[in-house]
Amino acid sequence: MPTFDFAAPTTLAEAVTLMASAGTVRALAGGTDLIDQLKTNRRNADLVVDLKRVPELQRLGSDADGLHIGAARCCSDLHHDPTVNRLYAGLADSTGLVGSVQIQNRAAVGGNVCNAAPSGDTTPNLLVHDAIAVIAGPSGARRVELTDFFVGPGQTVLQKGEFLQELILPAPPDDSASAYLRFIPRNEMDIAVAGVASFLHIDPATKTVKKARIALASVAPTPVRARAAEAVLEGKVISASLIDAASVAAVESATPITDVRGSAEYRKELVRVLTRRTLNICLDRIGVSL
Amino acid sequence: MPTRHINVNVNGTPREILVDSTWTLLETLRDGLGLTGTKEGCSNGNCGACTVLLDGKTACSCLVLAPEADGREVTTVEGLDTGGRLSSVQDAFVKEGGLQCGFCTPGFLVSTTFLLSNIPDPTEDEIRLNLAGNLCRCTGYDKIVKAVQRAAATK
Ligand SMILES: Cc1cc2nc3c(=O)[nH]c(=O)nc-3n(C[C@H](O)[C@H](O)[C@H](O)COP(=O)(O)OP(=O)(O)OC[C@H]3O[C@@H](n4cnc5c(N)ncnc54)[C@H](O)[C@@H]3O)c2cc1C
Ligand code: FES
Ligand code: FES
Repeated sequence: MPTFDFAAPTTLAEAVTLMASAGTVRALAGGTDLIDQLKTNRRNADLVVDLKRVPELQRLGSDADGLHIGAARCCSDLHHDPTVNRLYAGLADSTGLVGSVQIQNRAAVGGNVCNAAPSGDTTPNLLVHDAIAVIAGPSGARRVELTDFFVGPGQTVLQKGEFLQELILPAPPDDSASAYLRFIPRNEMDIAVAGVASFLHIDPATKTVKKARIALASVAPTPVRARAAEAVLEGKVISASLIDAASVAAVESATPITDVRGSAEYRKELVRVLTRRTLNICLDRIGVSL
Repeated sequence: MPTRHINVNVNGTPREILVDSTWTLLETLRDGLGLTGTKEGCSNGNCGACTVLLDGKTACSCLVLAPEADGREVTTVEGLDTGGRLSSVQDAFVKEGGLQCGFCTPGFLVSTTFLLSNIPDPTEDEIRLNLAGNLCRCTGYDKIVKAVQRAAATK
C-alpha cells in the first residue's frame, strides 16, 4: 500500500478543490476496485478523496432531464429502487450482479464507470439508456455523452482535477424496456466473459421498432454500442427473424481478445446468443409477443 | 505517515481511535481494537471472512479505509449477541453444526443477520445468493443453509 493522505469533503465545492490538489489524487466511491488496486501497488496516490459524503454524489431521483444517479450511490440502492426497476430494468438487473451483497452495498455505478474496465456490468446498461455523464472540475461542470467517455481499458476523458458528479438517464418512453445478461462460468462472483445490454422501444399498434440500443461488455477495449445491430432493428416490424439478424449483426461490433476466461470466437458466439436473449426479455417486459 | 483520530461507534460503544490513513477497517478492528473475531481471508473482497455491518449494511472490512468509518457505526461478530446471550442466528449455527474450522463463521453470522433483517423468510435460493460473498472451505454449505433456515424459523 502506498502512503497517502485522506480527505472526506461534505460539499461539492470542497470536493472540487481537493480533487484539484497537487500530486496524484484518487477519487474514492465504494473502494471495491480502488482499495485493492492501492494495496497491490497497481495504483499510487498522494491523496484519496472520499466522495461519499457529498450530497450531489449520493443523489438518486428524477426530474425533467430524467433520472439523476449520483456517482457515489451504491449498487444496492439502485437494485432495490422502484423507479430503476420500473423504467431502467437492465440497470436493476446489472446492479444485482456486481460481486456479492457486501460488494453491492459499497460499489457505486459511478465507480464502475470511472474504473472503465471493459467488463464492467453496469456500464452497458447506462449506454443503452443514452446516459449523460456530468463531470465536475476546477473549470466548472461539463456534460459528455457516456458513449464518448471511454478512451481505453481503465482510461476515460476525465482530466486532472475532474471527477464524475452524476449520470443522467433520460426518461424512457412508454412501450420500452431494457435488459442485461452476462455469461460467467459460475452463478455469481465472477467477471463477465461477455455481457449484453439491450433496449427496445416498440410501437404496440404496428410492432415497429421505434428505437433500439445494444451495448456490449468484455468484448472490446471499452464498453461499446453495437450500432450495426441497432440499425438492423430500427424502423422494422419486430419478428424472431429480425432478432436473429440483429444478433448476428451485434457480433460485428465485438473485437474480443482470447484470454483465460474465453477465446475470441467463444465471446463472439456469446454476443450473438445474449443479444437474442436480451432482446426477447425486452419484448417480454414491454408485453409484446411475437 | 498521515495519522488521524477517528470516532467510530463499535458494537454500541463510542471509540476514539488513532489510525493511519492507509489502514483498512479490518486492520483497525483487529490490530487497533483487538476485536479478532473479524477474520482476514483473501484481503480483496472475495471471501467475506471480514464482513461487518457498516451503518447497518454488510461490507468487506478489508475494502474499507479506516478514516471512511469516522462518525459511523460498525457491528462486528462480537456485537451480535444480546446481553451475553447468543443471537438466534448464532444459536442456529451452533444447533445445526453450521461450521467446522470456524474461520468463515463470523462473516457468515454477520451476513446472515443482515439477510434476515431484509428477508425474514428467505427461500433456499435466496439464502445461497445472498451468502455468495462468503466462502467456506469446510462445510460444503448445506449445514450453513440449514442453520439460516433454522434461524429464520426461530426469529
Ligand atoms: C469481489 C469483487 C467482485 C466484483 N464483481 C464485479 C462484477 O461482477 N461486475 C463488475 O462490473 N465489477 C465487479 N467488481 C469490481 C467493482 O466492484 C466495480 O467495478 C464497482 O462498481 C466499482 O465501484 P466502486 O464504487 O467500488 O469504485 P472505487 O473502487 O471507489 O473506484 C473505482 C475507480 O474509479 C475512480 N472513481 C470512483 N469514483 C469516481 C468519480 N466520481 N469520479 C472520478 N473517478 C472516480 C477511482 O479513483 C478508481 O480508479 C468486483 C469487485 C470485487 C472486489
Ligand atoms: S478478507 Fe475481506 S473479503 Fe476476504
Ligand atoms: S468452517 Fe472452515 S471455512 Fe467454513
